[in-house]
Amino acid sequence: MHAPFKPLLLSVALAMPGVAWAGPVSGDVVKIGILTDMSGVYAGLSGKGSVLAAQMAVADFGGKVLGKPIEIISADHQNKPDIGAAKAREWFDTQGVDMINDLVNSGVGIAVQKIGAEKHRITINNGAGSIALTNKECSAYGVHYAYDTYALAKGTATALVKQGADSWFFLQADYAFGQALQGDAAKIVTSLGGKVTGTVKHPLATTDFSSYLLQAQGSGAKVIGLANAGGDFVNSVKQAKEFGLTQTLVGLLVFDSDVKALGLAAAQGMTFTTAYSWDINSDTRAFGNKFLAKAGSMPTMVHAGVYSSTMHYLNAIKAAGTDTPEAVMKKMRELPINDFFAKGGKLREDGRMVHDMYLVQVKKPSESRSVWDQLKLLATIPGDMAFKPLSASECALIKK
Amino acid sequence: MDISLQAILSQAMLGLNNGAFYALLSLGLAVIFGMLNVVNFAHGAFYMLGAFVALLGYDFLGKWLGDEGVRLSFWAALLVSPLLVGLLGVLIERLMLRRLYQVDHLYGLLLTFGLALILEGLFSNYFNVAGEPYNGKPAVLEGAVNLGFMFFPKYRLFSIVLSLAVCFAVWFLIERTRLGSYLRAGTENPDVTRAFGIDVPLLRTLTYFLGVALAGLAGVVAAPIYSVSPKMGSDLIIIVFAVVVIGGMGSIMGAILTGLALGLLEGVVKVFYPPLANTVIFIVMALVLLWRPAGLFGKEA
Repeated sequence: MHAPFKPLLLSVALAMPGVAWAGPVSGDVVKIGILTDMSGVYAGLSGKGSVLAAQMAVADFGGKVLGKPIEIISADHQNKPDIGAAKAREWFDTQGVDMINDLVNSGVGIAVQKIGAEKHRITINNGAGSIALTNKECSAYGVHYAYDTYALAKGTATALVKQGADSWFFLQADYAFGQALQGDAAKIVTSLGGKVTGTVKHPLATTDFSSYLLQAQGSGAKVIGLANAGGDFVNSVKQAKEFGLTQTLVGLLVFDSDVKALGLAAAQGMTFTTAYSWDINSDTRAFGNKFLAKAGSMPTMVHAGVYSSTMHYLNAIKAAGTDTPEAVMKKMRELPINDFFAKGGKLREDGRMVHDMYLVQVKKPSESRSVWDQLKLLATIPGDMAFKPLSASECALIKK
Repeated sequence: MDISLQAILSQAMLGLNNGAFYALLSLGLAVIFGMLNVVNFAHGAFYMLGAFVALLGYDFLGKWLGDEGVRLSFWAALLVSPLLVGLLGVLIERLMLRRLYQVDHLYGLLLTFGLALILEGLFSNYFNVAGEPYNGKPAVLEGAVNLGFMFFPKYRLFSIVLSLAVCFAVWFLIERTRLGSYLRAGTENPDVTRAFGIDVPLLRTLTYFLGVALAGLAGVVAAPIYSVSPKMGSDLIIIVFAVVVIGGMGSIMGAILTGLALGLLEGVVKVFYPPLANTVIFIVMALVLLWRPAGLFGKEA
């Protein structure tokens, strides 16, 4: 009776560690969820491209971390915070997802970051713009990586006011994101001695901007600031040209895909701020071309941010020797980020990843040599100038 | 409030532009509903298709034919695009829609709604959702003319004239010609019409072709103004349905006049209180339906 009992005891003993002593990687796999817009207005600038960017990061990392496989799953949040939140809960509770990335759309981004804080799981916002993510809504488990409304407005408005464009009229998408962007830009314009002559709000997804543009034209301002994005931005620029508006048009959030949609003839000369563009240096070009070969289009700053942040997350797991969220967040804050996306990038206490931003200008059709040759670099904005300083942060995590 | 006459006139002009466009789109819907009793939810998708035919013809036709210089000009697109979109409509009518005339028209609505989703999904898969620029606007229509109170883009002036001319032509065709009288007879009493030796199924196919081709034409007209995107139809379809409902489902004149009037109303509301502009159409719809459930020009059932 002694002999058969022994292996049984042994197997129980062997099984025990699985329960009592969880190995360095929970569930023996590092699972990353890409929660994004697969079918709506932001699908072009995030969506499938973000899934691809994360997969590229995993492949370049070697497919394994601490000897365990890395898995990517994805879902469509349809730009609805409730759907995004339900998916995040499901992923954390039953699918063993360790980290959620992308999160385009500020409404979804904020909702999912809250769930991450509650469940002690890491969430990385790349697509969402609202600065609330690292201020009122900040979380010890939340990272805001690529850009935010403050940095976008700061870079662009400062550059233009300095050039003498000191009176602004805003065209604003009538929802949280448009308000944040317009608010940040207006503050910066007035703080530099410029003035805001008025604002007109338009509903999200408007097709006809002509009457709003006529109001802007009548305002007499030198600059028309466009606090909208995607299709709204594209249509407002197109129609401004049609009506022969002579003021400077300024897009406060512009993606490479928008410039492509507008065409250089309509977009030429426009100045804006971005976190990434493929043609800035040899590193950004290398990533851009690699992505282009797989996706058929150049990456947007969201795609680039998803790649870079996924890589940083995996490096942090490697350095920490575990995927425990607290230990990984600690390493993510300690390790500097040095890749094509950011040089000397640093993750702050409030969750903001601070890195250089770029002021770019859309080329003239005659300056462009190929279909994606759209932008020229005007200036690099150092990270500590680009983002809202930690001292001004309203984040409750910061001890003052 | 200091609102100048100039501002009101400019907005009214823009309103007229939108109105002509609403009229063109809702006309197709009204024709299809009036003659076939089909609530054509795919109308927005056909409009999108029309714009895409113009875009693809301009940007890609040359590449497909192996000669980069070949382009479908805007003027050619005005003919080719409605024709192609209309032919797709013929296929849909022959293969699917005609099986549903005998049943409740909810089934037609569901079928066309499904078709719209499929078409939109297909295009979203292959094209940037943000849209592509259409560069084929003819040089003659570049620039603006001085109307005294504003500079009005020549292209928009052209689109107003074209839309109104097409609307009038369609109204004339249906209300004043022999073919039109057959069409109307075929709807009101198909059995008697058939007894006179008229091919009613062929008439129905023609009607659907006409309605769908009108949507395709509107797509070409819209392409130089808006970006061509897979979502452009679904963004607009709700307003167009409201126009048709207010005008009276199926009334040709109702669709044309209501389209124009609502565009104007929207434009003028934008001068006084912009946030109301997108809602005003639906407020009017609610009021009209309370007062005249069949719509302004509709026949009481």
